[in-house]
Amino acid sequence: MSDSKFKNPIVAWIDYRLPVFSFMEHELHEYPTPKNLNYWWNFGSLAGIILVIMIVTGIVLAMHYTAHTAFAFDSVERIMRDVNYGWLIRYVHMNGASAFFIVVFIHIFRGMYFGSYKSPREILWILGVVILLIMMATAFLGYVLPWGQMSFWGATVITNLFSAIPIVGDSIVTLLWGGFSVDNPTLNRFFSLHYLLPFVLVGIVVLHIVALHQHGSNNPIGIDTKSPQDTIPFHPYYTVKDLFGLGVFLILFFGFVFFAPNFLGHPDNYIEANPLVTPPHIVPEWYFLPFYAILRSFTADALIYLPISWLMSAKLAGVLAMFASIMVLFILPWLDHSPVKSARFRPLYKQFFWLLIIDCIILGICGAKPAEAPWTYIAQAATAYYFLHFIVIIPLLGFFEKTKPLPTSISEPVLKGGGGSSSAASTKPMEKA
Amino acid sequence: MASSADTAGEGSHGDGDGETRRDFLMLATGAFGAFGAAAAAWPLIDQMNPAADTLAVSTTEVNLEPIKPGQRVLVKWQGKPVFIVRRTKAQIEAAGKVDLANLPDPETDAKRALKPEWLIVVGVCTHLGCIPSGTKHGELKGEFGGWFCPCHGSHYDTSGRIRKGPAPKNLPVPAYEFLSDKLVKIG
Amino acid sequence: MRKYLISVAAAVSVAVLASSSAMAAGDAIKPPKQNWSFSGLFGTFDRGSVQRGFQVYNEVCSACHSVRLLAYRNLMDIGFTEDQVKKIAAAKEVTDGPNDEGEMFQRPARPSDRFVKPFPNEQAARAGNNGAFPPDLTLMTKARVGGANYLHALLTGYKQPPKDKKLAEGMSYNLYFAGNQIAMAPPLSEGGVEYADKTKATVSQMAHDVTTFLAWAAEPELEWRKRMGVKVILFLLILTGMLYGVKRKVWSDLH
Repeated sequence: MSDSKFKNPIVAWIDYRLPVFSFMEHELHEYPTPKNLNYWWNFGSLAGIILVIMIVTGIVLAMHYTAHTAFAFDSVERIMRDVNYGWLIRYVHMNGASAFFIVVFIHIFRGMYFGSYKSPREILWILGVVILLIMMATAFLGYVLPWGQMSFWGATVITNLFSAIPIVGDSIVTLLWGGFSVDNPTLNRFFSLHYLLPFVLVGIVVLHIVALHQHGSNNPIGIDTKSPQDTIPFHPYYTVKDLFGLGVFLILFFGFVFFAPNFLGHPDNYIEANPLVTPPHIVPEWYFLPFYAILRSFTADALIYLPISWLMSAKLAGVLAMFASIMVLFILPWLDHSPVKSARFRPLYKQFFWLLIIDCIILGICGAKPAEAPWTYIAQAATAYYFLHFIVIIPLLGFFEKTKPLPTSISEPVLKGGGGSSSAASTKPMEKA
Repeated sequence: MASSADTAGEGSHGDGDGETRRDFLMLATGAFGAFGAAAAAWPLIDQMNPAADTLAVSTTEVNLEPIKPGQRVLVKWQGKPVFIVRRTKAQIEAAGKVDLANLPDPETDAKRALKPEWLIVVGVCTHLGCIPSGTKHGELKGEFGGWFCPCHGSHYDTSGRIRKGPAPKNLPVPAYEFLSDKLVKIG
Repeated sequence: MRKYLISVAAAVSVAVLASSSAMAAGDAIKPPKQNWSFSGLFGTFDRGSVQRGFQVYNEVCSACHSVRLLAYRNLMDIGFTEDQVKKIAAAKEVTDGPNDEGEMFQRPARPSDRFVKPFPNEQAARAGNNGAFPPDLTLMTKARVGGANYLHALLTGYKQPPKDKKLAEGMSYNLYFAGNQIAMAPPLSEGGVEYADKTKATVSQMAHDVTTFLAWAAEPELEWRKRMGVKVILFLLILTGMLYGVKRKVWSDLH
């Protein structure tokens, strides 16, 4: 005990028996981190903080919410009107879901741009995709709970996706509903699962971090750290940088919470669910719009459907395509076999990366539009391109792209201060601001 | 960009003056952030306090018409049981005669009942919150003819005062007023 | 990377614009923007307007429309005194019970009661309204695209139908209602209520007042929310500025 690295005797006593302080010291303080991480690396810890905010506000909301079709809508309005600070807590939870997706989408695209999914970080990436899937499930379940019109019809439409499964589809839907339509048993189990899944999420996030700390963070250059000169301790450098990023995020976030809390919501969800009236235009929450567009792209006369029309119905094809659009991310580390990680040294990949971003935005817009021409055609083209990007373009780039020469170490372009490759120079302002 | 701005703004770092300023800024920022965190915690705590609609429904009106002399009834007020007793002459007398010096929580019966005929007390044992027996026919009324708490053996008299057992206080008297001879508003 | 930031920002703003215009698209024309006391960063509900709006609701709308999520006690938030609220509530009858005989009974409403509904249920409401269901109005400004502007436009948007437009029986023509056929007859008429503060009760004035009242009914927390928001954002701006300073100092070691 006398050789303990902790001066505080109580800390030393505890640490000798339960090494939590050593663990924190090792993973937060000493943890060597590449010195050149830019602000795009803030979004991982930010997502973790939002998860905590969501769990805390969610637990509080559950203290007042009633998971029964007769009371759910009114209990949410009671939270908004009568519970002390209830409106604040609910608006934080509601907008927190959107913020969570914004941050995680940026985090994912950062991983794509800088090749963070490549060896030896494949499992880290896969765990991330699992996190995205669980997040989507949780968000969908949570959106049903206020029992507004969009809640009800969103639940109806999404659960009906499973009816596309051949033979057992209808039985599965009945099982999910616990009845013959979305009703009280459905709401009750959705509440139960909505409460459960975030804790599953926490478990996977822990694994995500364990996998991250095994080989450390990737970095904008995309080459391994070689000497202690390339790294700095996580604390205080990145803790303070993350905290500053958190401050910027909170300003934007609370701007929405306090001044436009319903900007990203849909007015129809302030109408209580009515199983006998479908709203004229059902749209999911904004973060599902690209996936929704992919789902709707598969119509009986769609060009992208015709090649597989002998195999399955358009409905099943749409559902499979929607799931495939995420599943394809699981195999991204093997689809992309270019030895170079960062897009800074991959001129062609960089162009296609931005095309993919634009494609996803177009899909999102199409998802918000009514299913009619020209939007259906645009959505079909964008869907085709989405899969083309991952299945064809990415593997081909691995063969044919001529990459730029890599620096020998992380310190090299930094020390040269503006020298090195032109792309490294152009990104300079983002670093260490 | 950052490196040139840093050196320009702060001069050479590492000297004593820079260190103090850095420490001060850190402390100030930490204090400021801690204040924000504490302020953010308050809504999460305060939400557990009674909500506006709960506070608004805090009175109960009881019609005393059907209660016969000697009868005890139980009504619900703010989610708690309230004992209403139409006391007989003998009960009132017994309650009035008690020597206050012998009581764990001395209170005169006149103070506890606005009208001697009607005793209104909150039926929650002041020990650990059980409901004392004695309101319904045939239930144990304890050694003093009032109520008896079965959880830990506290005895209350016909004025609802604690006489024997672990409870420290008399059964509390809620705020109430007689709207008419036969109508009382509790709360 | 700045170039990319700009392109992402541009793409996002295009997406937002496109999706918001998608939401606004519909059969009816876009409601004109009104000047609301409660809009903007520091908006508050004009007390005179919101109280007059309550009068319009109480004397006109409440014949068919409920505001079931409001309680009479809430009226104290818009400047009515406790005695006024007690009087307003006592003018309505609510069903309570069962009493000791097991019967439900009627009693005057108390401030703690929710607003009394004109019809006990949807079926009764339809039966009394030519088959149409007058929706609950508590959340109306949040539950319609266009919010308060839409409501105001709808209330003032009754017009003679064009010659080629055939209306179903009992329907009225309204410029701003989706499909232009609305089951609600024009609810407001010149001088339909007599304001206590002598404000002239034009249709437009009444529409403005009742919309302000309903905006309050939908978001009773709005004033508190905006006041708290200004403080929180100011606090965060300062804190983030300080964090930026700390970050620069910490990182200055490295150069």
